[in-house]
Amino acid sequence: MTEISPLLILVAAIFTNNILLANFLGMCSFLAVSKQIDTALGLGAAVIFVMTATTAINYGVYHLVLVPLGMTILQYIVFIAVIAAFVQFVEMFVERFSLKLYHALGIFLPLITVNCAILGVSLFMIIRSYTFWQSVAFGFGGGVGWTLAIVLIAGLRQKMGYSNVPGPFRGVAIAMVITGVMAMAFMGFAGMVNIQ
Amino acid sequence: MAEDRDTGKAAAKGKVGKTCLVCVKDCCDGKGVVTFKEGVWRVNPVAVQVLGICSALAVTNRLENSLVMGAALVFVTVGSNLFVSLLRNVTPRRIRMIAEVAIIATFVIVFDQVLKAYYWEMSKQLGPYVGLIITNCIVMGRAEAFALSNRPVVAMVDGLANGLGYAAVLAVIGFFRELLGTGGLFGVQVLSESWYTPNQLAILAPGAFIGLGFLIAVFNWLSGANKEEGSTP
Repeated sequence: MTEISPLLILVAAIFTNNILLANFLGMCSFLAVSKQIDTALGLGAAVIFVMTATTAINYGVYHLVLVPLGMTILQYIVFIAVIAAFVQFVEMFVERFSLKLYHALGIFLPLITVNCAILGVSLFMIIRSYTFWQSVAFGFGGGVGWTLAIVLIAGLRQKMGYSNVPGPFRGVAIAMVITGVMAMAFMGFAGMVNIQ
Repeated sequence: MAEDRDTGKAAAKGKVGKTCLVCVKDCCDGKGVVTFKEGVWRVNPVAVQVLGICSALAVTNRLENSLVMGAALVFVTVGSNLFVSLLRNVTPRRIRMIAEVAIIATFVIVFDQVLKAYYWEMSKQLGPYVGLIITNCIVMGRAEAFALSNRPVVAMVDGLANGLGYAAVLAVIGFFRELLGTGGLFGVQVLSESWYTPNQLAILAPGAFIGLGFLIAVFNWLSGANKEEGSTP
């Protein structure tokens, strides 16, 4: 896996292997917040930041602590703990130093701990045995791709408020179908770059 | 200010599980036993409450994967509900989230290791999605909303019902996606290629989203929900 440049991974993580549309990660909070573009952007910004940072930290923890100690089976529990601790830390830090940012970002931070995309990116990083810079690029690209997808769909769902959706499809069902169509559109990028 | 926020948060936690971000109806309040019929049908965690859909979408491209993932979730919800319930009187309220995550992660690691040891091919196919059961809203939601305040046996039944509800939905989606996408089931050709051209789209990502969308719509249609107005997300 060492031969792929981090830049390619960044592009692939945003377009061809979009973490939401191709890997289905982060669906839980996606459905909850993809109704307004503003909220979607706010959560997206928080996800990009936390995802990039936790991927880097988890890389360090995995290769410097877990592998030498031979305790890689504990990776799940350690990764979750790192993510939860990091989010808590950021929340306190932001609250102390920038109240404005805290009000903009604050409510989204607790949501992120349970966002499976964050843990998923760390797990993909281990499974695909990325190097450090590849991991950081993948974390950042994953966050950007997630934000892109959620903002696009929030725009569609805002517009959809004015249309007459058949009864049973109202709510989540039609959102899933729209996401499917969006995933189809993103498949158009396939062949540009591919990482697996 | 900070206190206000904390009490608000605590109140929200008391009412619904913290992870029930998209909980729509009064299904997560943990009152009463979720019986089998309810868990599989009326308050089905995937199709009605729309929880834990990441893995419901990701692993359902083949029926076999769906069944293994369903089994994994049944194992984890039953186990974690039992132990969260057994420890509920000695778990300090403040750290209960961490305790729950630790218990859930233990069961996930056990399942993951068993899968790696005896079923390596499947383990490779499921990839990170076994590990992602830890952040699956269903497991955490049931531990928080139900097991924490009920007796062990009842909590186990609740976990089993919810796990089976999840497994049932996965099996249905997996069945249709593999059948339409490859014309076969369990890798065996069922629909003759002479008259059925496999539709690749069904096993790719868009097929998953659209398939689950239609399944939720069918659930809504059969249960008569959403008739009056579309207030859900």
